[in-house]
Amino acid sequence: MPIKTGRLLRISAAALALTGGAVAAAQSDLTVALQLEPPHLDPTSAAAGAIDSVLYSNVFEGLTRFASDGSIIPGLAKSWEISEDGTSYTFHLNAGVTFHDGSSMDAQDVKFSLDRARGEDSANAQKALFAGITDVSVVEPLTVKVSLEAANGSFLFNMAWGDAVIVAPETIENIKTNPVGTGAFEFSNWVQGDRIELTRNADYWGTPAALESATFKFISDPTAAFAAMMAEDVDAFVNFPAPENLPQFEADPRFQVIVGSTEGETILSTNNKMPPLDNVKVRKAIAHAIDRQAIIDGAMFGVGTPIGTHFAPHHPDYLDLTANSAYDPDLAKQLLAEAGFENGFETTLKLPPPSYARRGGEIIAAQLRAVGIQTEISNLEWAQWLEQVFRGKDYGLTIVSHTEPMDIGIYARPDYYFQYDNPAFQTLMTDLRSESDPATRSAMLQNAQTIISEDYVNGFLFELAVPTVANAKIRGLWENAPTQATDLTGVSWSN
Amino acid sequence: MIPYIFKRLLSLLISLCLASIVIFTVVEVAPGDPAAFMLGINAQDDTILALRKELGLDQGKFARYLSWISGMLSGDFGLSYTYRSPIADMVGERLWVSLPLALYALGLSVLIAFPTGLYAAAQRGKRGDAMVMGATQLGIAIPNFWFAMILVVIFAIKLRWFSAGGFAGWDDGVLNGLKSLTLPAIALALPQAAILSRVMRSALIETLGEDYIRTARAKGLSKRATLWHHALRNALIPVLTIIGLQFSFLMAGAIIIEQVFFLPGLGRLVFQAITQRDLIVVESVVMLLVFAVIMVNFLVDLAYAAVDPRLRSQA
Repeated sequence: MPIKTGRLLRISAAALALTGGAVAAAQSDLTVALQLEPPHLDPTSAAAGAIDSVLYSNVFEGLTRFASDGSIIPGLAKSWEISEDGTSYTFHLNAGVTFHDGSSMDAQDVKFSLDRARGEDSANAQKALFAGITDVSVVEPLTVKVSLEAANGSFLFNMAWGDAVIVAPETIENIKTNPVGTGAFEFSNWVQGDRIELTRNADYWGTPAALESATFKFISDPTAAFAAMMAEDVDAFVNFPAPENLPQFEADPRFQVIVGSTEGETILSTNNKMPPLDNVKVRKAIAHAIDRQAIIDGAMFGVGTPIGTHFAPHHPDYLDLTANSAYDPDLAKQLLAEAGFENGFETTLKLPPPSYARRGGEIIAAQLRAVGIQTEISNLEWAQWLEQVFRGKDYGLTIVSHTEPMDIGIYARPDYYFQYDNPAFQTLMTDLRSESDPATRSAMLQNAQTIISEDYVNGFLFELAVPTVANAKIRGLWENAPTQATDLTGVSWSN
Repeated sequence: MIPYIFKRLLSLLISLCLASIVIFTVVEVAPGDPAAFMLGINAQDDTILALRKELGLDQGKFARYLSWISGMLSGDFGLSYTYRSPIADMVGERLWVSLPLALYALGLSVLIAFPTGLYAAAQRGKRGDAMVMGATQLGIAIPNFWFAMILVVIFAIKLRWFSAGGFAGWDDGVLNGLKSLTLPAIALALPQAAILSRVMRSALIETLGEDYIRTARAKGLSKRATLWHHALRNALIPVLTIIGLQFSFLMAGAIIIEQVFFLPGLGRLVFQAITQRDLIVVESVVMLLVFAVIMVNFLVDLAYAAVDPRLRSQA
């Protein structure tokens, strides 16, 4: 009898799978799950990456944009000219671009968007991206000229950020609840706390999206995420929160698992002004006391790439400097002794909520204990972390992933929370800004990586990976995350 | 009856006043600046100041308390810091999930508890009683979020009868909405039913030992009729108390269940608001829950008076 029931179940399961397959063949809608819900829908006035995760490239576009490999490609601007001295950029906009409300996108809208972002009462969370702009002027309806204070080698890169997308003055007032952009999808509905729905923009200026509609669902609990994927309630989960379950999905033919790279350098941030961490020997000792692979295996279930400096490993200018901080507890003990701490010392380790920090923190604490460094762990909420650690600088060690792309420049800010003050590095970064020769820029970036690696500013741990679990029939999802985005414009169902 | 209601009303008002002060102080004391949180680690100081001003955070604490309270009294709960939309609308929308879920769970809990409680009381000391007591012991011991996960594994992942979570909404028909609330309601209801059933049983057993029950039996009334007509009504007071408490618990305490089933309810709203330092949402929703709890208790007090004539004359 039990055998019979088992067979019956299998037959009905097969029947279910068949009908499921038939439905999928004609499918043109997609349900994507994300962990975090956007607080509102204006990418130009909040730091929340969740906003870009839903809207970047799908609904809103900028002058330039990130491609999935992290390179900068034309967006709303089809081409541009840069003046000899590098201080002015003339952008030629694509013709026939309209916002989702039917109005046309032109140079006036570009001027409005950039002026709004750099304005005095601007609430742009990345206002620094626009800091060098002195003037934005409309040359022709589809030509706009941006003047800069000084040459800025990363200006086109800056314009690709989600915080620099082009918005229209007519629809700006309600952008937080009704975003109107130029992208391949238009916003249709938001059930707060549950989902955001997008539909295909029939009048899109570029290659239209293959999907007719897309729904973003928000599931923050790892167990719930696992269940939603297993029950096929959602078709894909970007940045899947339960890495421990990835092998199970990999073994299941219904699913595909894509593990990509992000811009998230996960570091053991160190307060460079707090004794004894102000001593480079002590910081070097910490670097050698840490077994990066053990942290990746233990805290991230094997997903992540060890790093030895603050730079993304997939970047062409990346230098592998992991040897500088190779795991060597004996050397660490020796360095501590040389610095006058034969018996070790005690410091604080303040951990924000993400699992890389909470789980990684326990492992690091144990590794530091092995060389004599005692840490007092405290778990903080993000708001507390921002107040105590980031703004108050009241910490010894903390673990955080810096997810902004190409953010090595933060090491040139002596008031930044790790308080690293090296004039040579600061000069290097200033020079880099005005350098436009690619080969020289590349050499300078590599030099910068070496300086911070050899100064052991922070404990460089690993590059955060982004695991995506998706239905096996979905094609065209981004593998890597050069910026926080879920670009669905090239996504389709196979067969 | 009137003085009794008056006395209850007065204590209700005092409780609300005290609650508002406690809630405001506790939430404001918690560290973390909402504006800094929203703008993240690359924000410039002037941007944070501009946002603080926009949110009204540059005013003093007392001024903010007064404007919060006076706004609430006139039905204006203000704007959420993070969502920038009216809190009243947000709460209204979330109530369409949380209220039906609480009522659904309470309904299930009563439906399970009444018959089992009655049965156990009638079978006192026999095998049926022992079985019910054993089952309820288990029901109380199992944490509801764990039970919820087990329900998901069986009914959503294996059998595919329900979706693993989310809320279908009421637009596509009441049945669809109820279907998506079924697993969460069962998960919430079972431990509550276990408690209620035990209370029901012991209350009944206690009343069954009263003199008037013996009199009724001596007058020749059957065991079943005594149970239904005399014991049940008198046993209802403790049962009502528990139901009142349970409703409050189900309204406020569904936070974890809403996480497990990713339901867009009040609990999830509060949970998100706390992590995002959306202080005004936390304050307003908690205040509303306090109001709901106090109101339910008030209604339960009135219900006591309805079932127990002694309370009416006493006051």
